[in-house]
Amino acid sequence: MINTLVGDFSREEFMLSGHNACSGCGPAIAMRFIMKVAASGAVVVIPASCWSIISGVVPLRSLKTVVLHCPFPAAAATGGGIKKGLEAVGDSRTQVIVLAGDGGTFDIGLQGISGAAERNEDIIFICYDNEAYMNTGTQKSSATPYGSYSATTPAPKVKSDPKKDIMEIVAAHRVPYAATATIAFPGDLSQKIQRALETKGFRFIHILTPCPEGWGSPADITVKLSRLAVLTRLFPLYEIKNGAEYKLNFLPEDYLPVNEYLKPQKRFASLDKLQIEHIQESVENHWKELCCKTGTRK
Amino acid sequence: MGRKLMNGNQAAALAVKYSRVQVVCAYPITPQTSLVENIAQMWAGGEFPGEYVSVESEYSALSYLIGASYSGARTFTATSCQGLAYMHELLHWAAGARLPIVLVNVNRALGAPWSLEPDQLDSLSQRDTGWIQFYCADVQEIMDTLIFSFRLVEQTRIPCMVVYDGFVLSHTYEVVEPPLQEQVDHFLLSPPSRAAFHTDKPQTIQAVTDSRYLSRVLQERHLSMLKIPGIVKELDHKFQEIFARSYPLAEGTNLETADTVIVAAGSLAQTVKSFLNTVEDRKEKLGLLRLRLFRPLPKDEIASLLSGDNIKKIVVIDRNVSAGVGGIFAQELRALLQGIPYRGKIFEFNLAGGIDLTPAMMEKVLQAISEDPGSEGKIIWGVDLQ
Ligand SMILES: Cc1ncc(C[n+]2csc(CCOP(=O)(O)OP(=O)(O)O)c2C)c(N)n1
Ligand SMILES: [Mg+2]
Repeated sequence: MINTLVGDFSREEFMLSGHNACSGCGPAIAMRFIMKVAASGAVVVIPASCWSIISGVVPLRSLKTVVLHCPFPAAAATGGGIKKGLEAVGDSRTQVIVLAGDGGTFDIGLQGISGAAERNEDIIFICYDNEAYMNTGTQKSSATPYGSYSATTPAPKVKSDPKKDIMEIVAAHRVPYAATATIAFPGDLSQKIQRALETKGFRFIHILTPCPEGWGSPADITVKLSRLAVLTRLFPLYEIKNGAEYKLNFLPEDYLPVNEYLKPQKRFASLDKLQIEHIQESVENHWKELCCKTGTRK
Repeated sequence: MGRKLMNGNQAAALAVKYSRVQVVCAYPITPQTSLVENIAQMWAGGEFPGEYVSVESEYSALSYLIGASYSGARTFTATSCQGLAYMHELLHWAAGARLPIVLVNVNRALGAPWSLEPDQLDSLSQRDTGWIQFYCADVQEIMDTLIFSFRLVEQTRIPCMVVYDGFVLSHTYEVVEPPLQEQVDHFLLSPPSRAAFHTDKPQTIQAVTDSRYLSRVLQERHLSMLKIPGIVKELDHKFQEIFARSYPLAEGTNLETADTVIVAAGSLAQTVKSFLNTVEDRKEKLGLLRLRLFRPLPKDEIASLLSGDNIKKIVVIDRNVSAGVGGIFAQELRALLQGIPYRGKIFEFNLAGGIDLTPAMMEKVLQAISEDPGSEGKIIWGVDLQ
């Protein structure tokens, strides 16, 4: 289906060593891949998030590109403005890539994303989703999954609502391109960044990025967890063109039970059998919907 | 040049066109709406060659301009009351990032309760955001100050807010003299034509800083702000050469002879001026100090305007109130007068909520302060005099 494992990556590093990420940081790995595909000829816009720290504290910086910081809720509008401003002064080439966390995307930034998507602003909006407000110490976001603890949903009052379906929200705006990706499938990730670069208008990429610190998972299984998320179908890899043409990019040979993914993470430690069954059931339902939309039979 | 009849919002829209703004981004709110509608009209008709972008909120409008300004473009937005409050986080950001953005705020009361009245608290409560603030007194001045501001912000990299009263100026028609495009082009710098950054030159803009670096940044901003009155004066000479009109930092009328000076900003100052001109035969000798540049407050200018021994009483008119403190202009003036030898009395006359100033009311205030010297330190409320 896709070249799932290795991608065709430039040898040049645009993310420099000595950055501020914690060990095993999923968002750092994602950024390294994104930069390898997109950094030359692109500027990166970063709202408040872990990445506003990882990108460096003055006078240090970890990205070999132009990085523009902006307030937490402002990413999409600032990105759109940068692109419009560049065009106004005669630069129509430079790509604008917004890199926001799940908080800056699903929650406080949603208004701006909806507006930018509706206007079909010519930017690439990448959400790295570590499923909570990690920069401020793991408070819940609307991307935090059902059953997860966080500093503001401590056990036994773990999150009781499901994760918001951001892909459907974005797709409802009929944007030219939207895709999910993970760092466990770098080839797929790289293709999607490439496709986004080649498309005009509002492009959205949702990348699941485990956070060992916040998820209570060992730092050396970040990539493995990303893979398990896909193999359990908790986080399917797919694309949506023009809000309507769905395409599944990876069909697991065997469907792993969700517990394989949940078990190594302390944030799900309080889940009982019934709750795990509930998660499995919602995965099956979501998968059925997705198969229907993508025309997948299995 | 043909003289034309137009209201404040139309004048502002024309100024934006003449100033060759490249990106306008705004969200509608009464009494600003006709301003942005006018720009949209000119844009749709091909008269305004810049971009006009309608976004989903004032928050996004200023975020958008921060982006466009990061890129180097000449930008403009306009708003009022709730919209300006909604922009608050971005106002700080724009000033901190030294972005040359120009914003019109049409004064209107902040809710609750809902109101359309021209209270000034919306812009005054943004006084610490690091923006230059001008308060305009008539429609010609709105047009001129806006054109002026595009030059000022690009020279100083401090964003500027041009403020005028809702309805009283935004919707009231006056005769104005529009400039010629060549005059404006001569006054302004040429519109930016290159991006402010290049992807082959990696840099990080507005990254996290430590206290030492931040303190330097804030110190630098403060010192740059202190230079504004001098720069405004210099630019005003140039403006006068080209347009044959001139605007002071703060305007004095009859201050050499007055024993009682009324201090006001915006269209209120016009009302007071006509009061001075129409009322003869009174025991007080009246003067007027109009505050025009409010951030930064031109301290030396105001101190020298108020330095005469003849001045015994100052009456500050505020159409705003900082609850628990009083009128903000009065507060600022008291702080400023600490540094100069003025030993007279300061009275506060408050029209918060947008109360209209009438000659009868003015008479009552003057009577109150002459009969009851103890009213110094108390607020005389316009609403009690109606
Ligand atoms: C208006 C505003 N509210 C709150 C904050 C504090 N804050 C900074 S980052 C952040 C969480 C970011 O979460 P997310 O977008 O998921 O990114 P992550 O930190 O997980 O990388 C919060 C709450 C802020 N900067 N601005
Ligand atoms: Mg997060």
